[in-house]
Amino acid sequence: MGSSRSRMDDIPHAQQLIHETDFSAAHLLRLHQRFKFLDKYQTGELRPRDFGAIPALALNPIGDRIIGAFFSPGRETLDFPSFVRILAHFRPTDPNRSRDSTQQELANSRTRKLKFAFQLYDQDRDGKISRAELLQVLRAMLETQVVEEQLQSIAERAIQEADLDKDDAISFDEFRRIVFFFFVFCLQSLEKVNIDHKMSIRFLK
Amino acid sequence: MAVTWRFALFLSVLLMLATHPSLASDEHSSDHGETSTSTSTSSSSSSSDSGHDVTGDTGHDDSGHDAHGGEPITTLPIVTWKWHHVTAPYLVALWILVCWMCKLILLLLPLRGVTQVKDGHPGYHSNSTESQHGHGSSITEVPIVTFKWHHVEKPYLIALWILVAFLGKMVIEANHHVTSIIPESALLICFGFILGGMIWGADKKQTFTLTPEVFFFYLLPQVILDAGYTMPNKLFFSNLGAIMIYAIIGTCWNAASVGLSLWGCHMGGAMGNIEVGLLQYLLFGSLIAAVDPVAVIAVFEQVHVNEVLFIMVFGESLLNDGVTVVLFNVFDAFVSLGGPAINAAEIVKGIVSFFVVAFGGSLMGFVFGLLISILTRCTKNIKIIEPGFVFVLGYLSYLTAEMLSLSAILSIVFCGICCQKYINSNMDENSVNTVRYCMKVLANGSETMIFVFLGISAIDKEIWVWNTGFILLTLLFIIVYRIIGVFFLTWILNKFRLVPIEFIDQVIMSYGGLRGAVAYGLAVMLDGSKIKEKNLMISTTLIVVYFTVIFQGITMKPLVMWLKVKRAQATEITLIEKVQNKVFDHMLIAIEDISGQIGHNYMRDKWKHFEEKWMSWVLMKPSARKSRDHVFSVFHQLNLKDALSYVAEGERRGSLEFIRNESAIVNFKKKFEEDYDVVMPDIMADMSDDRGDMSDIRNPVPSVSLEMHEQTMKGVRETEDVNSHHLLHQHLYKSRKQHRHRYSRSHFNINEDENEVQEIFQRTMRSRLESFKSAKMGVAPPKTISKHPKKDQQQKMANGKPMDKTKSSHSGDEDFEFSEADSASGFEASGQSFPMRVTYRPGAGIENPAFMPDMDPMAPLQIPPWLAEAELDSSTVAPSQRAQVRLPWTPNNLRRLAPLRISTRSTDSFMMADTPAILQVQQQQQRRRRERDEDFDLPPPPPPPPTDM
Repeated sequence: MGSSRSRMDDIPHAQQLIHETDFSAAHLLRLHQRFKFLDKYQTGELRPRDFGAIPALALNPIGDRIIGAFFSPGRETLDFPSFVRILAHFRPTDPNRSRDSTQQELANSRTRKLKFAFQLYDQDRDGKISRAELLQVLRAMLETQVVEEQLQSIAERAIQEADLDKDDAISFDEFRRIVFFFFVFCLQSLEKVNIDHKMSIRFLK
Repeated sequence: MAVTWRFALFLSVLLMLATHPSLASDEHSSDHGETSTSTSTSSSSSSSDSGHDVTGDTGHDDSGHDAHGGEPITTLPIVTWKWHHVTAPYLVALWILVCWMCKLILLLLPLRGVTQVKDGHPGYHSNSTESQHGHGSSITEVPIVTFKWHHVEKPYLIALWILVAFLGKMVIEANHHVTSIIPESALLICFGFILGGMIWGADKKQTFTLTPEVFFFYLLPQVILDAGYTMPNKLFFSNLGAIMIYAIIGTCWNAASVGLSLWGCHMGGAMGNIEVGLLQYLLFGSLIAAVDPVAVIAVFEQVHVNEVLFIMVFGESLLNDGVTVVLFNVFDAFVSLGGPAINAAEIVKGIVSFFVVAFGGSLMGFVFGLLISILTRCTKNIKIIEPGFVFVLGYLSYLTAEMLSLSAILSIVFCGICCQKYINSNMDENSVNTVRYCMKVLANGSETMIFVFLGISAIDKEIWVWNTGFILLTLLFIIVYRIIGVFFLTWILNKFRLVPIEFIDQVIMSYGGLRGAVAYGLAVMLDGSKIKEKNLMISTTLIVVYFTVIFQGITMKPLVMWLKVKRAQATEITLIEKVQNKVFDHMLIAIEDISGQIGHNYMRDKWKHFEEKWMSWVLMKPSARKSRDHVFSVFHQLNLKDALSYVAEGERRGSLEFIRNESAIVNFKKKFEEDYDVVMPDIMADMSDDRGDMSDIRNPVPSVSLEMHEQTMKGVRETEDVNSHHLLHQHLYKSRKQHRHRYSRSHFNINEDENEVQEIFQRTMRSRLESFKSAKMGVAPPKTISKHPKKDQQQKMANGKPMDKTKSSHSGDEDFEFSEADSASGFEASGQSFPMRVTYRPGAGIENPAFMPDMDPMAPLQIPPWLAEAELDSSTVAPSQRAQVRLPWTPNNLRRLAPLRISTRSTDSFMMADTPAILQVQQQQQRRRRERDEDFDLPPPPPPPPTDM
């Protein structure tokens, strides 16, 4: 679809992106190619409907939310640097690379990964997953298999499990806890491995 | 339980037939056109089959030649047809299957009357055949009691041995201090030593040893089937690549390096004077190379290492069987061929045969797994024997693969893996539990037997040939090469893995290379006529097995502790976590789609779609297809658990009677309101009467003494009993008063009519669920009355009416239900005259904090002063604190029980157990209003159940 081979020169702010996201140049090239492929009208920016054209994504029950997470609120377009920055959330954490804390946190740090996942629920961005928000996600995922009443009680119960401060909603801290629920009682290092495992994909070179 | 028994019988029959195969052959020869009687495989013979007259043909040029056949082979066989090898157990299993299928088909036909087919085991016939042998000599008088030991010798001994082994296990397990240090498998082997010593002392020779026959046909399959059936699929398949690398390359490396190194040492003169050639060393290397699944399960089960590490070692031990079988057969054939006959073509054939054996075996298992799934789809009418299909077909998959000289272990593993999902959702819950338990009983039993017999086998002077160089070098090499292999392969794998395998995990993996009974079985199967030093190999194998199982088994746990290997955490499953995992899965798939990667998330997604679309459609019951989502099943399990603990709690506290009483009435009201008004107009009429009465009873005066209250409560119960009984009698399904059998072999639930069961089940389930809510909110109907004397009506006007229309009211109709309950129970008098302030009384079954009343729905300001006072004064009333001291876990556990039908505040009382109720009430009220406003885009929630009063 007109995606000619990308060269590093074509990519805007390539060096800065590499520095910022830790993607290698090969990764960046590949992503740029993909970006151009998705960008059917060669506008240099992606729109939600460009994502919608990916057939597999249309089948994904929470596909809409994920597309939504790519666009910052109020914006309808996505340029390449933002595209890369968001995908950088999913880079596996590199255990050997320890950055000093003065530098800004990398996108693939644990907290950032979690924040991204949290966003998927928190559609109104009030910092809380309310019952209704959880219910919407559940409905999307389980729709065909359970009836509405069951869905509601599942949501109810899930909220109860996670809700520590009894405000009937899941805050980010509570969210962080449940994702690590397994590991609350054990070593710190485990948490890292686990979330890395669950929120990382291998980017091909 | 009948199934267990039946299967035990089946197994013993199998064991019996194994040593009298001619019986089976005779019996079935007419059906199968088999005329052979040459399958006598006495249990002590080292070669497991002796048949030459193989008639079958698998299409390969060299079929018909046995790997172990007496005829000299001229070329390397890739696939052989070994019918005689498996005849007896195969026929028995097949017959059982056929009988059950007949039963199934008959039941599927409408001819219900003709279904009393005897599903007799072939074992019965063989029993009778055998019994005829006993009357050989002519008798001269009528014997009253005769001693017929030989008549029962074989099964008797088998049963006795099983009993002894189990008793041994029981004794060992009784002492927990010992088993926490020394693993059970090691202790069982030691127990075997002792037993073996006793036998040897008595007989002066070892009469009982673990023969390959018994081990491979009757002990191993269950263990492996259990492993496959309980395999954590997702974990297994997401690590499949690594597992296969370890299993295939690692095992080949072990075999080759051990064999070659031993040969090198032999050349260097370390062994002394023994007649072993290069090929025989390689053969030995191939049988000693494989990590043994039974030993690995036994040791790792007690150590609880993290799941990835476990699946690596365990998966490797299961999958390397394909390699082991091939290597063993190839080198066995090479040894028979002799060195000069081996050329490139033979070696290529060897490699081809690996693929045939491994993938053929897996495919065989897959096919049988599908077969089981399809069969369990239609076993609705023979629930009792449906678990049996799983075992018989699983066993058949093992035997079929064995017969075709494919990898039997791979076959049965994949059979278990494939069918687990489908049979679990196809079969009745009872059957699933039965399968699970039987599987465990059989697997655990076999495991015990295997280790005990491994111990017994050692006490035998004949097999012991000591060669210090050979034995010690073997030990050294298997450990060293295992370590090298694991580290090298992991180094390569870590370049590709998302989460690398850590250093300490690698240490444990190399240390976990336990050898076991499979190696021993293979060693015994060696052909003594061709391999001069067979006994040396057997004794070396035994030493290796003992060393790895006992020494490494004992040191494994301290090592794991010392290295601080990540352990598996036994944590509670939580619903939110499952939800979260599912979201993560979807998210990763989506990201892979967007970034255009084809990773394993993508593959898994594709497979899931395919599976849902096609396989489930064919293999699953339509009814099971709906509610099989994992999240939902977790939800279901959690709810079941809560319900159990709720009942246990209730029983501990007194009785659950109050629930029943109340729910019988409350829920009835509720229900006819909702769905039964058309069906049961007469009850509706009753209800409208109640409604009329309502206003009359709404003027209670609060003040009462404890005794009075207790008495009235009793009175209420009785009258309620009468009332509810009356209601039930009138409106429930009329049970038929026919005579029915008290005993049924094919059903657990006897004396039940289907419709009746259905109806009662539905009703009780609903009412339980709803009553749970009402019960935990506070129990005594009178309390409501005392609490909200007047405002009920106001509330109803203000709130109830409009909300009722949308079916989202919380307070209106509930109040009114309870007042109905009162009127129905004839409680007006006491309700009016006595205020029920003290509802929390020990023994009354209602002081549990879980059952604390929720004062919620009423307008907070209208709560009577006495009540507010009481609630605020937590030292006297608040039951939560008192109860919490005794039962700290209760609120936590119980609060998670969200009943199937939602109520927004069904659990609030737990969350707020410690705060003053008044505040709580206000907060809730406000919050709920807020929520309602926020959630306007949601469809209206279903009408709330009676959650409070």
